[in-house]
Amino acid sequence: MKNKYSIFSLIKNAFSSHENWQRAWRDPEPKKEYDAIIVGGGGHGLATAYYLAKKHQMTNIAVVEKGWIGGGNTGRNTTIIRSNYLWDASAGLYDHALKIWEGLSQELNYNVMFSQRGVMNLAHNLQDVRDLKRRTHANRLNGIDAVWLNTDEVKKFCPIINTSPDIRYPVLGGTLQKRAGTARHDAVAWGYARGADQLGVDIIQNCEVKGIKRDGDQVIGIDTSKGYIKSKKIGVVAAGHSSVLANMAGLKLPLESKPLQALVSEPVKPIIDTVVMSNAVHAYVSQSDKGELVIGAGTDSYVSYTQKGSHNIVEETLRAILELYPIFSRMKMLRQWGGIVDICPDASPIISKTQVKGLYFNCGWGTGGFKATPGSGDLFAHTIANDEPHKLNAAFNINRFVSGDLVDEHGAAAVAH
Amino acid sequence: MFIINCPYCGERDQTEFSSGGEAHIVRPKQPTELSDDEWAEFLFMRKNIKGIQFERWNHSHGCRKWFNVVRDTSNDKIHAVYKMGEKPPVNK
Repeated sequence: MKNKYSIFSLIKNAFSSHENWQRAWRDPEPKKEYDAIIVGGGGHGLATAYYLAKKHQMTNIAVVEKGWIGGGNTGRNTTIIRSNYLWDASAGLYDHALKIWEGLSQELNYNVMFSQRGVMNLAHNLQDVRDLKRRTHANRLNGIDAVWLNTDEVKKFCPIINTSPDIRYPVLGGTLQKRAGTARHDAVAWGYARGADQLGVDIIQNCEVKGIKRDGDQVIGIDTSKGYIKSKKIGVVAAGHSSVLANMAGLKLPLESKPLQALVSEPVKPIIDTVVMSNAVHAYVSQSDKGELVIGAGTDSYVSYTQKGSHNIVEETLRAILELYPIFSRMKMLRQWGGIVDICPDASPIISKTQVKGLYFNCGWGTGGFKATPGSGDLFAHTIANDEPHKLNAAFNINRFVSGDLVDEHGAAAVAH
Repeated sequence: MFIINCPYCGERDQTEFSSGGEAHIVRPKQPTELSDDEWAEFLFMRKNIKGIQFERWNHSHGCRKWFNVVRDTSNDKIHAVYKMGEKPPVNK
């Protein structure tokens, strides 16, 4: 690896006022043809390219991105990572990702600031208690660390939560996954981009796909704002815009794209050292290393590509946050934003071949794709390289909406991811 | 967040309404004759358009009536509102 990051390279560059660091990745012009093209330069797309090059020796490949890498949902999420999903297929998928997260900084030689600070899910009513206990048991059968906490244990683990029995959303208990946590989202995109680039992958930014060309049942290339590029294997990882790209290839997907919002506060001293999610009232909160509270809200109920979201959604979330954490009542919010999430009817992703030969889709991650980034890239790379799904993503094929074999995580994992 | 002109009540805030998704998806007349592919198409597949979309809304916190809206999903601008059963006012 050229230009390996280490304590020695840091010291060496300090002597030249950090002015001589090499570029982390090149800025190439697109070639006429590639062995494979990945459409979408977010975390999932870059990870796919990295694993295609590293594990499947496909180095004549490109990632095309209409904006800048990591500028979409990769840079807009609340960075929560966990794998405590109910169903076997989801548990397999998300825990595969979590296992890669645990060694990712070392593998990429890039600090993704993965922090296993634990994720706690609160129960506010009897049905929550039943559902979360059931989920805990299912998790443990699948080898995922999960424990049930009663109200006192919740209070002990996160003392700033208001556990008084007469509040609007009383805390009746919660589940805790200690291996779960957060990571620095931008670093994930940059780390994978640098890793892929060093293996020879061309990362082409400001290159919007305008059309997907087919020759009968075989995909043959893409029209882009930088000209026509040939390739017989195209993997689309375009999140909220997946349906737009599917439409270019004459396909329809079972997706609806909706704005999902998040917001951060002014930075304060350390006050919450874990991630607390409250699915029933749609509020989740953690604290970034800079000290900002990172708060996740819900999705709007209607299809929209506006990357804004409605004010009433934020209001509902903050109302719940203030009830649960009275200590935050005087915090000021600094920024609010939205990202467009593509939601499947069963709230599980699609990592799949399509009816068009050589065209693959990785989409439908909805409100919870960030946590799966490394696993999604690894499995999508396997699917593209072998033209066959890996056993961990076989259940997440597009045909499940025809066969009825859905992976229904909607109510099961509760709303927030 | 935007204002919707309910054909029965007039202009109200969007929070009074519930989105019913894509409009003009006709329920199959003979459900027993349908193949799995056709069921999947009816139940799950959506155009999910970025641009002008025809959709259903319900004034759930008002008159509780259903109606159709023509909205540009790229900027949330509403182009037309029309009642159930009426022809779409712009070319579909």
